Amino acid sequence: MTDIEIEIDGKKLQANPNAMVIQVADEAGIYIPRFCYHKQLSVAANCRMCLVEVEKSPKPLPACATPVMPGMKVFTRSPKAIAAQRAVMEFLLINHPLDCPICDQGGECELQDLSMGYGSAESYYCEGKRSVKDQDIGPLIQTDMTRCIQCTRCVRFGEEIAGFRELGATGRGEDMEITTYVPHAMRSEVSGNIIDLCPVGALTSKPFRFTARAWELIQNPSIAPHDCLGSNINVHTRWGKVMRAVPRENVAINQNWLSDRDRYSYEGLYHADRLEKPLIRRGESWEETDWQTALDFTIQGLQQVLKSHGAEQLAALASPNSTLEEFYLLQKIMRHLGSSNIDHRLRQVDFSDQDNMPSFPGLNMPLADLDECDAILLLGSNLQKEQPMASLRVRKASLKGAHVMAVNMLDYSFHFKIAAKEIVAPHHFVQTLANIANALKKDSDQESVTNKIVSLLRNGKKACVLLGAQAFNHPEASRIRALAAFIAQQTGATLGFLTEGANAAGAWLAGAVPHRVPNPSTGTLGLNAKECWENPRKGYLLLNVEPDLDCANPVASVNALDQAEFVVSLTMFKNSVLEQYANVLLPISAFTETSGTFVNAEGRWQSFKGMANPFGDARPGWKVLRVLGNFLEMEGFEYKSSDEIRDEVKSHYADFSNVMSAKDGSWTEPKIPTHTDMSENSLSRIGEIPSYSGDCLVRRAKALQATQTITDGNLASLHMHPKLAERLNIKETEPVIVKQQDSRARLPVIFDHRIPEEAVLIAGGIPSTSGLSELFGLIEIQKA
Amino acid sequence: MKRLINYIKTFSLWDLLVGLQLTGRYFFRNKVTIQYPEEKTPTSPRFRGIHALRRYPNGEERCIACKLCEAVCPALAITIEAEPRIDGSRRTTLYEVDLFKCVYCGFCEESCPVDSIVLTSFADYHVENRGENILTKEKLLAIGDKYEPLIAADRTEDARYR
Repeated sequence: MTDIEIEIDGKKLQANPNAMVIQVADEAGIYIPRFCYHKQLSVAANCRMCLVEVEKSPKPLPACATPVMPGMKVFTRSPKAIAAQRAVMEFLLINHPLDCPICDQGGECELQDLSMGYGSAESYYCEGKRSVKDQDIGPLIQTDMTRCIQCTRCVRFGEEIAGFRELGATGRGEDMEITTYVPHAMRSEVSGNIIDLCPVGALTSKPFRFTARAWELIQNPSIAPHDCLGSNINVHTRWGKVMRAVPRENVAINQNWLSDRDRYSYEGLYHADRLEKPLIRRGESWEETDWQTALDFTIQGLQQVLKSHGAEQLAALASPNSTLEEFYLLQKIMRHLGSSNIDHRLRQVDFSDQDNMPSFPGLNMPLADLDECDAILLLGSNLQKEQPMASLRVRKASLKGAHVMAVNMLDYSFHFKIAAKEIVAPHHFVQTLANIANALKKDSDQESVTNKIVSLLRNGKKACVLLGAQAFNHPEASRIRALAAFIAQQTGATLGFLTEGANAAGAWLAGAVPHRVPNPSTGTLGLNAKECWENPRKGYLLLNVEPDLDCANPVASVNALDQAEFVVSLTMFKNSVLEQYANVLLPISAFTETSGTFVNAEGRWQSFKGMANPFGDARPGWKVLRVLGNFLEMEGFEYKSSDEIRDEVKSHYADFSNVMSAKDGSWTEPKIPTHTDMSENSLSRIGEIPSYSGDCLVRRAKALQATQTITDGNLASLHMHPKLAERLNIKETEPVIVKQQDSRARLPVIFDHRIPEEAVLIAGGIPSTSGLSELFGLIEIQKA
Repeated sequence: MKRLINYIKTFSLWDLLVGLQLTGRYFFRNKVTIQYPEEKTPTSPRFRGIHALRRYPNGEERCIACKLCEAVCPALAITIEAEPRIDGSRRTTLYEVDLFKCVYCGFCEESCPVDSIVLTSFADYHVENRGENILTKEKLLAIGDKYEPLIAADRTEDARYR
């Protein structure tokens, strides 16, 4: 359609004929006041603040709901428009409390601003104001419903974007209230966005409540450190301390939104566990010391191990949330010492296809293209909790008619419609994928889920297969990847990996894997994460790893540390296992205190700067590693800034020729297993990592932990299908003994209909289950 | 002749008598000296002396931690930290005025929506040790409690002209 010409305030503008007046005005930089209109939400036109005068119209019209027409003349500041805006403002303020000084929104309130700009100084109203009872909607969001002006942005966000209809309006006129109706806590993983949407102080952040004012905060751009999408955030600091995190608009990644995990994890930054000074072990006790002593001690210990056992006996393990620079320096030190035993894939166990992996596991397409997909197959992914921003896009695609399918171990209730699903126990997972792969080869008209998945994927114009964290952590992950690649190849779909951690892609690129280095001439094959733990080494170098919570097999990790002679841990937090087995604890900075780079699943390099004061004596990880390199008298450790390190890594990828995509066909058709060697009665564990237990920072964020308790119930328990319980003759809440290899745990049983009958759900990443071994291993249950 | 007059003046202590005349005049006049600190000159109710935080008659502190005084202070003399009190109300956990930085402009009082921070008309105070120049919340509330009658009287007096 061709553009039409309209005139706003005497300015001639070209407009899309489907646009509303307010959109055209926004694009032209003409501000029209508004409360209920938001560019990402549907038009409600219920606040009436955007009334403007339109030529030949007898009354002022709402700009957000008035389509443009050829030759239309709009006046936003004519006497008629101003009078209408003033009148609306006076009505809005009738019931709005005028106690801005105690309102947390004061200073960043749209109502306050517009009242200054468009309201009148006095009101004719002198009756009593209405008041509305507050509702507790969970540990993240504070309500002050008396302040609500019923713009319904929060309601529309829930319905249209988040797909959780948690808030709604009850009553009419003066009795209209925004409420959850039946009191309950918000369960959406993106609920925090309604805080940003709320134009008044009705919905504000609970952890941030009353602690700072908008005008005191310094806004610093940064990158969210929890999922592989790298949402853009603004970190607000005051006096060098992080006060809160809010989304920064990036249309290609997170749009205007932010997941609760990224929004509230800052609370963990100042947890009591945070390490302030370097600690070294003297006999049985810990001694606080300065950096010089601690580094000398570290070097001495490392050299001792090197001298008596050789470099092969040294292993380095890093959290996938570390920055690119930290990964690069860590692997550089290790490879200088002559060891390639370095890995970041802490929760993974199957690496047999690692040589065929692309340069980094990624999405293989821009994130924004997810919106356009019309067939999406999720494999082993709780997309909504793991990658909330990607999930919003999948939902958007689903609303446009895309078919979303899932092969999962738990029957998640996603916020998008699932066209076909296979819910199978971990030990049947590969078989199920093999069935799909087999069905691809022969055309069958039989009605079955497998055939439906195949035909939907085939018929999709733009299809994709997304692998989630559970597929990666599965004991047969390489077969899953091979089958997924095969399915994608045969159906013309894009194969996308959504890895755990913020910077798995960066880790691959920086060489924090045992089999590859950025500079290919110097690589030897080292031990991967699993081997590093299962064949205990004499020395360990840990980067932000909590061995009991971050690893696939906590028992093996702790056992390995127990046997080690020298353990160095660069860590943000104290941890009981580290305190028991480590020899040196070096405090390093959180992402807000260091500069660094995260590479997201699209392969987008996003650098950020430190903005908060370092906590105690903590130093940025890359600086500590650089100085370690200097102390070890290595060459090439003369970096002055993290940018130099990033540029050095980048120079290896200058032409990006060694970034191959999964589609390049490095996978051949896999050997499809025809049977599994499991018996009928085998039970396997689904070691899902709860969304707020993924890394050391989020585990220490108080409000998120409280939310997790509300949404997921008691995680220190064994979830099973009631039918399985019946077969085993177990009652609900009854404690049972769980046996996994040599490890045991006593856990209460909770019934859960989402779980297949051949498996039980025992969450990982939490202290109460860290006594059990593999996340996805076979398991035996005995009555206690 | 001049020499003779000077000679006589020198011998008759003339200059001394002239001086004594002035002394004598003031000796019998009404005295203007104030016996500070027992006696004080009257001050305007608008006099801007030491700071105080006021309370409501029921004992509840007025300050609601809106931080407007902190924002308006031209000398950055005020530091406030706040968090929800146990009953959910907005309260300060730290309210400090640095007397060395303060320029006694009174903007904090003007900006206060609840008449909590005030500059009292009391100006007799001193600092003996480093650090005492910082008025903490406890000290400010104590000053407020002590001088509440004075503060209230001053505000009532001034209210007529506002």
